[in-house]
Amino acid sequence: MNLRLLIPLVAVSALLGLLFLGLGMNSRDLPSPLVGQPAPAFQLEALEDPGRMLTEQDFIGEVALVNVWATWCSTCRSEKPLLMELARGGIPIHAFNYRDERDAALRYLNVSDNPYQTIAYDPRGDAGIDWGVYATPETYVLDAEGIIRYKRIGPLSRQLLLDEVLPLVEKLRAEQNRMEQNSTEQARVEGASREQRRVAQS
Amino acid sequence: MKRRLIVPLMGISLLLVAWLLPAGLAMALAIGEPIAFETEAQQRQYQTLVRELRCTVCQSETIHESNAELAADMRRRVYDMTLAGHDADAIVDFMVQRYGDYVRYRPPLQANTALLWASPFLLLLVGTLAWWRMIVGRKRMVQRPEFTEQERETLQRLRSGE
Amino acid sequence: MVAELGNFALILALCLAVVQSVLPLLGTYFDNARLMRTGRFLATGQFVFLSLSLAVLIWAFVVSDFSVRYVASHSSLSQPAIYKVTAVWGGHEGSLLLWVWLLAVWGVAVAIFSRSLPREMLARVLAVLGMVSVGFLAFTVFTSNPFERIVPGAMDGRGMNPLLQDPGMILHPPLLYMGYVGTAVVFAFAIAALLGGRLDAAWARWSRPWTTVAWVFLTLGIAVGSWWAYYELGWGGWWFWDPVENASFLPWLTATALIHSLAVTEKRGGFKVWTLMLAILTFALTVLGAFIVRSGVITSVHAFATDPERGVFILGMLALTLLGSLTVYAWRAPKVGLGGSFAWYSRESLMMANNVLLTVACAAVFIGTLYPLALDAFGLGKISVGPPYFDTVFAPLMLPLLFLIGLGPAVMWKQANPSDTFRQLRWALLVSVIAGGVWPLTMGAWQPMTALSLMLASWIILTALLDIHKRLGSGRQPLSIRLRKVMRPSFMGMHLAHMGLALIVVAIAMVNTYEVERDVRMEPGQTTSAAGFDFTLQRMETVRGPNWDADQAVVDVSRDGRPVATLLPQRRYYDTQPGNPMNQASLNRSATRDVYVSLGERLVGDAWSFRLYYKPYMFWMWSGAILLALGGLLAASDRRYRLASNRAVDTRRSAGTQGSGPAREVAT
Repeated sequence: MNLRLLIPLVAVSALLGLLFLGLGMNSRDLPSPLVGQPAPAFQLEALEDPGRMLTEQDFIGEVALVNVWATWCSTCRSEKPLLMELARGGIPIHAFNYRDERDAALRYLNVSDNPYQTIAYDPRGDAGIDWGVYATPETYVLDAEGIIRYKRIGPLSRQLLLDEVLPLVEKLRAEQNRMEQNSTEQARVEGASREQRRVAQS
Repeated sequence: MKRRLIVPLMGISLLLVAWLLPAGLAMALAIGEPIAFETEAQQRQYQTLVRELRCTVCQSETIHESNAELAADMRRRVYDMTLAGHDADAIVDFMVQRYGDYVRYRPPLQANTALLWASPFLLLLVGTLAWWRMIVGRKRMVQRPEFTEQERETLQRLRSGE
Repeated sequence: MVAELGNFALILALCLAVVQSVLPLLGTYFDNARLMRTGRFLATGQFVFLSLSLAVLIWAFVVSDFSVRYVASHSSLSQPAIYKVTAVWGGHEGSLLLWVWLLAVWGVAVAIFSRSLPREMLARVLAVLGMVSVGFLAFTVFTSNPFERIVPGAMDGRGMNPLLQDPGMILHPPLLYMGYVGTAVVFAFAIAALLGGRLDAAWARWSRPWTTVAWVFLTLGIAVGSWWAYYELGWGGWWFWDPVENASFLPWLTATALIHSLAVTEKRGGFKVWTLMLAILTFALTVLGAFIVRSGVITSVHAFATDPERGVFILGMLALTLLGSLTVYAWRAPKVGLGGSFAWYSRESLMMANNVLLTVACAAVFIGTLYPLALDAFGLGKISVGPPYFDTVFAPLMLPLLFLIGLGPAVMWKQANPSDTFRQLRWALLVSVIAGGVWPLTMGAWQPMTALSLMLASWIILTALLDIHKRLGSGRQPLSIRLRKVMRPSFMGMHLAHMGLALIVVAIAMVNTYEVERDVRMEPGQTTSAAGFDFTLQRMETVRGPNWDADQAVVDVSRDGRPVATLLPQRRYYDTQPGNPMNQASLNRSATRDVYVSLGERLVGDAWSFRLYYKPYMFWMWSGAILLALGGLLAASDRRYRLASNRAVDTRRSAGTQGSGPAREVAT
């Protein structure tokens, strides 16, 4: 076939293929560049107790979820039951109360249940920007070291929990256990060698 | 077929709208208290940046145009950082670290955008070459008509007066 | 019941379109005159049924028949009558009905105004138009039917988006769609020429007026859209390089190249391949634009409610258009033939440069628009490409083009002499350079890009005036005869359009460089200044409109103590969405500047926030656009397209030879 026809043919096919692929994609989903980064620092009041200041250290220590919610966000209500299940199942969930009013938020938590372990009150959205929040609800999964390992934009669904979140939590807990075992093992070995040295010296 | 799809489709789109609505779809202008700067340079930097950063919850608006709350938050952060003395690149990097390259309306010059920035030049080059070939090629066609052997003989005969 | 009638008419039109795609073509294959003549009849039938269908939908809106889903989603009882009618094209389904109706309008126009066309050509053109109609009608009937019912009917509708309840909405979509659909006619002519195996000056003369009129509507559609965004959105922007805007700009760029390429094909028989390709490309870009807007592939504020199923359908249409055209071209192109020869410095070579530059610009905008999608599809990241990129890339491509506009009319066909051109135009060049140097200084700081743009705009205007003066000639003939020579529509149309473009360039350069925007806080009685004007907030009031309440500010604008205008910016609360206020800016327009005020929100105390704008030369943008369109209309109305004697000559000549190329036809 003539080159003059081949080039347009290839170009046209490429374009059509690209557009077809594009139809299957969701153009609004933004992958978060924070995945793999340490949880950003913040300093906010606790929702229940204005006198107590929370920092990111309060969210770090074990494998946990961080949920961003607000009372004006109707979809947040729809994922609340799922969060309650997770909390009762032993997964710690921390939260940012994002651009909300303290009273409304407290009332909301009193009326239904409270799945959250710690809630940071972020009325101006400052921590929100630091954490790359742009729509509520959002949910992060932190590992024991405080690195963000997963971010979900939008409400959680049962399917999503089963497919992605719960397996990830298990994996991270296994990692945490291994590291703790290693460190206790290491501590034991060091302790034993120190003993040996002491014994040898005496 | 259509009717059965309508309800779930509407459901999904309503859900999408309800989820994003508080953040993105109001239409009043985002003009609040006028903000003050210490220097002209700061003001210029701010004005340029708010027109180059994208509002991530909106459907293609800069944070300057949008009156979504997130856009207001981002504008405030840009303002704070400008006053604190950060330069434009630092502020853009800050936003990119949290929202990705999506937040920049001026695409960065990096590996995956090299073709984007290069293409206008390449296109111009290709276009100029194509123009040159067509014009010069045409010139050649004008200047050299080829005669066949028979035509040359006839011409020779005519010239010699036969 | 009536809505079903509308649906029925729509389906009938689809059937007619199917027949129209087939019968006339069969007629050309079997050389059967009766079959070929059916094209006219079928096109008229389509027009009748689609008019009926559209009338039914309009009626449904006027009587507020909320049992029709589309009416319930886009109208409400309190919506003003004019916007009830406008809402017909306020959403995806209804705007599609408008689209196919306009396609039928063009079809019937082609059927009526083509007495001079040989009947095979007309038959093929109508058949291809029929195929295009089938595509869009099938799309409407099967995936986007505006006549769907909801049971039970709603008590009140949701109302149209308040942003769209505006005069701009009355004008913008109809004008734009007229332009879009017109590109289908040009496409039909091109395919018909390929099928018939003849592409000559006569064909170009037939296609030109249709192409130019389609281009005029596209120009007006884009200009009205821009003007509407400017005064409606409240912050003075007029072009955002949004994907949907680009979707309309891409075919405009290639259509501009096409009308110039057609001129060469008509006058000199050259550029046949370019003309064909541009005609096909322009229509393909129109379909691509429809895809971008209606499929959800690219995020945009302008996009309709999206649905991947519809996207697949339009993608199918795009595939058929492109691959089908390529196939027809591959099959028939060798018969098309080459045009007249020309030297390297001639009007033809400048026109070729024009073609190339416009195509390159189109390709650049195309790449910028689709690049984020491509990256995302290959998993290479999510980026945004916006005004900073397009502004940087587009302007340098346009500047050489502006220079060529001035040069073109002074350069002769076939062979010209550069020193001749220089001698003719040197004064224009000098004055332009001076203008470029001095004019910016009247506004403020001198900027090189601004100066260059102003210089090129002056260059275009001056060379146009020089050309008119040259054609006016010396004093030997009486003035009336000389004037008639000059006032030829195609000649004046060309210069008018080019001057319109120059005005637009001036406006863009001035506004981008010298506009002033200030956020201020004002209490009643307070005065602020910006850009040499004084703004005084007299008082705040509340106003009631047909379906909204508003806070209105009364702002007196004065300059050097002399009053200039009283502006009334509003913050509107529409009945259908009181929680989401809408901004309605107020502006005062004069020949040299726009003064523009937007109302923000209420601040502490009695104060309100305002945004004040000073936009120099903004009016030149709109008047330039009107001149551009007017020039095109004038050029299309030239008598030589309508002259009966011409037609008879053409038909006789076309029956004999293959066209006005050189004696030896060279296969491409």
